[in-house]
Amino acid sequence: MELDFQTSVDYFWALLPEIVLSLWAMGVLLADVFQKGSRSEASRPAIAWLALAGIAAAAVANVWLMTVTGTGGMIAVDGFRIFANFILLLAAALAILVSMGYLDRHAMNRGEFYVLLMFAVVGMMILASAQDLILLFVGLELMSVAIYVLVGFNRRDPRSGEAALKYFLLGAFASAFLLYGIALVFGATGTTDLALLAETIGTGVQDAPLLLMMGVGLLAVGFAFKVAAMPFHVWTPDAYDGAPTPITALMATGVKAAAFAALLRVFAVSFGGLHETWVVAFWWLAALTMIGANLVALTQGSVKRMLAYSSIAHAGYVLVAVVAANAVGAAAFLFYLLVYTLMTAGAFGIVIANARGDRERVSLEDYAGLGWQQPVMAAAFAIFLLSLAGFPLTGGFIGKLYILRAALAADQVPLAVILVMASLISYFYYLRVVIVMYMRPAPAADTHAGLTASRPLQVAVGVAAIGVILLFFAPAMVLDAAQGSVAGLFIAQEALFGLSRGP
Amino acid sequence: MIESYLPILILLAISVVNAVVILGLTYLVSPYRPTSVKSAPYESGMPGLGGTRDRFSVKFYVVAILFIVFDVETVFLVPWAVAMRDLGWEGFAAAMIFIFILTVGLIYEWKKGALEWD
Repeated sequence: MELDFQTSVDYFWALLPEIVLSLWAMGVLLADVFQKGSRSEASRPAIAWLALAGIAAAAVANVWLMTVTGTGGMIAVDGFRIFANFILLLAAALAILVSMGYLDRHAMNRGEFYVLLMFAVVGMMILASAQDLILLFVGLELMSVAIYVLVGFNRRDPRSGEAALKYFLLGAFASAFLLYGIALVFGATGTTDLALLAETIGTGVQDAPLLLMMGVGLLAVGFAFKVAAMPFHVWTPDAYDGAPTPITALMATGVKAAAFAALLRVFAVSFGGLHETWVVAFWWLAALTMIGANLVALTQGSVKRMLAYSSIAHAGYVLVAVVAANAVGAAAFLFYLLVYTLMTAGAFGIVIANARGDRERVSLEDYAGLGWQQPVMAAAFAIFLLSLAGFPLTGGFIGKLYILRAALAADQVPLAVILVMASLISYFYYLRVVIVMYMRPAPAADTHAGLTASRPLQVAVGVAAIGVILLFFAPAMVLDAAQGSVAGLFIAQEALFGLSRGP
Repeated sequence: MIESYLPILILLAISVVNAVVILGLTYLVSPYRPTSVKSAPYESGMPGLGGTRDRFSVKFYVVAILFIVFDVETVFLVPWAVAMRDLGWEGFAAAMIFIFILTVGLIYEWKKGALEWD
């Protein structure tokens, strides 16, 4: 199907996955509120499965979208968006699966949780597909507002409320930066359309270069907040630590992936003509994030907080692919986001499983001897941690390899060296957990007895673990898809400047 | 492009001057004889009842949200109604989708008991 966006009906087709998910979420909302009259606790899991079916329906619509081509609208219909959508839907599905047992244990099993989660995913998908800065902002707010509520969803836990307030205040602050940046870019170029922006900036006809640079700078700050790059990361550990753990998993995977997708589209494509300028800022952001986050993660006693810093560090690795800003980098970017989503969601799944009642056992000592008393759980956690560290035999290794290749293709040798050094630092704190799990004896023979992970959580962790391993042994399939997805992304730009950075 | 904003600048300047002149003149010209009654926050109204930092029932919050639903609906629908003939069926469909989404929210609130005070 060919869309030219001359009529509104074209927008309906282009937005089909988002529309399906929105309608489904509204349906779930009504289903939940109408069944509440019967007061039957037994029917509650049905809401979660209904939400999961909605994610699946959106994925089907997304598959259909692969047969569609379209240009010129406010919505991008390209491979990059479709690939990003699959990552986001995967993150959402994993988050829903790990939520099921968790919500019961913490006595906050309400249907609104899943509805808000679905609306957040709609926002993420719009963020990844927006071809216009205004639409991008709408998607960002749709995602953020739902996530603010979800972070504070555990009403009885004051830390959850504190995390929500911190995330809300700093998130609103970041949105203001972003919006101000959009306003200045519009003032300088007279357009908010990403394709038109690439043309206007590319031809060098600018009334106000200073205005444009300020706009680009403010946009960079806004995005750096959202992807939690140092030094704009200060909200991250507290928000991730206080939020309900399934939401932490979603924030570390889906929210981050969506913000990164928008960042890549805006900077590498629209501001491609200014690459020499913004690349300096992102170079320092990437370097600082990789070194700083890994160093701070070394000192964390809580595994959940360590994973929060780990997710900041991984934002740094992905920023290296953004700095490269070539087709190799964009493909490595998508591949890495996929691996990262699997391993991070899996690791948080284990954090959820290692709890008794509503008490989460997140300190390092709580993992002592886990390897012998809960061998399957510990083995899965070891896989995720090794993958996060970038060990061979896991997808994390291949992901880092591709990012390194992209950095070298773009002549970013120092940054590639920093990436390798930062990974070496990270080995220490990832492996420490593995060592504690296997080498340190448990305080008692039954310390880890009775940790019953719910069946859906087992499925989610199993899928993530298999995916992480599979991406090492058969990365070509996914990488080919990623390369195919980004094929169209840089064409307009290269046609404009006749330049191609890297092969 | 900048020149086209000149009328706005003039408007801004006139409103600032206007406000300053009116407030300044009343300050200079009018007599000022305060009494304790006249200095109360609500002159010729009800006397104040305690501080403003009381705890309110959360139900007020729900009512405020309900108000916003209808308020925003009006803000969007009145301009749409004025321009409906020009917008045609496309505009009609868009407005119906908007009303549909709001209705879902309203049904949710209704079933949640937001429309009942107790």
